Amino acid sequence: MPQTAGTLDSQQKTTSRRPAGTLYRGNTGMWSWVLHRITGVAIFFFLLVHILDTALVRVSPEAYNAVIAQYQTPIMGLGEVALVGAIVFHAFNGLRIILIDFWNAKYQRVLFYVVIGLWVVTMLAFVPRHLINVFSH
Amino acid sequence: MTSTIEAPRSPYSRSTKKSGVNWEKWGWIYMRVSGVVLVVLIFGHLFVNLMIGEGVSALNFAFVAGKLTNPFWMVWDIIMLWLALIHGGNGMRTLVNDYATSRISRGILKVAILVSVVSLIVLGTLVVFTFDPCPAGAPANLVASFCTSL
Ligand code: HEM
Ligand code: HEM
Repeated sequence: MPQTAGTLDSQQKTTSRRPAGTLYRGNTGMWSWVLHRITGVAIFFFLLVHILDTALVRVSPEAYNAVIAQYQTPIMGLGEVALVGAIVFHAFNGLRIILIDFWNAKYQRVLFYVVIGLWVVTMLAFVPRHLINVFSH
Repeated sequence: MTSTIEAPRSPYSRSTKKSGVNWEKWGWIYMRVSGVVLVVLIFGHLFVNLMIGEGVSALNFAFVAGKLTNPFWMVWDIIMLWLALIHGGNGMRTLVNDYATSRISRGILKVAILVSVVSLIVLGTLVVFTFDPCPAGAPANLVASFCTSL
């Protein structure tokens, strides 16, 4: 990104409505952070429910099968696509954050597009197969 | 009259706490270390449960019985359970610090996170270690085939 800070006086810098961009403000840095946050929270709440539904194996086979049958409905099938989409983004972007911290922050933007690319590839591998499993039963 | 003026931009009085563990630093490291391990564990979990065979349509009590009687998957699930809940709980703590404005609401929310994380870790761990694949009196068509040969 163009670093124009040197040509601005300090007042222009602080009042600018469009900052020249820092790692986490504006553009890819900010949006990847927003998405990372939202997906993290969504997965957390899923996990709370998911451990409770898995715990039904200690109640009875009938109880567990009844709740897992809900995971196999078309609507939940689409929900699982969203869940997997969220976790795949959070996972790849999490690795991006780690690389930024321990390797080199100057590649953060390139790495963001790598994350998007890997996300698309992973979802292309997952979604068709999953939808066939959901809708052919 | 002389009065001492503090040097500008001098650090806050944090220095009063001279020693002790830097918990925020360890939390930061934990998020990264657990994240790397979780990629493997969760992708493996999703692959086995959603991609192999008929995926989500094949899941039922007998499927879980096949996995939770296998020490490999028991260890896998336990590590995934602990790492994911502590990672998620610590991440939620960051959000509370960022968005909850009053001291009281922060306190309440953090206690709520702590209570749910601890109780779900206990519950999930008990489930894995006390799992009974062949409960007495369960209909044979719902349990794993190995139950009949007992
Ligand atoms: C739609 C997607 C998912 C399905 C269908 C699913 C299915 C299952 C099933 C059948 C089990 C029983 C034991 C086993 O298979 O190992 C289980 C356990 C577990 N799952 Fe998932 N899972 C999903 C997503 C996730 C995600 C995203 C996470 C992590 C954030 C996760 C974490 C766990 C944990 C920690 C356990 C063990 C629970 C316990 O100890 O009682 N699962 N899941
Ligand atoms: C799949 C592997 C995962 C990786 C690689 C990963 C990585 C990360 C990293 C590096 C952070 C940043 C921490 C920081 O900025 O200091 C983070 C934050 C977070 N993660 Fe994960 N994570 C993973 C799975 C999960 C799971 C399963 C959950 C939910 C149970 C979760 C929930 C969160 C939350 C709520 C945050 C805080 C977000 C924020 O501060 O903006 N993550 N993750």
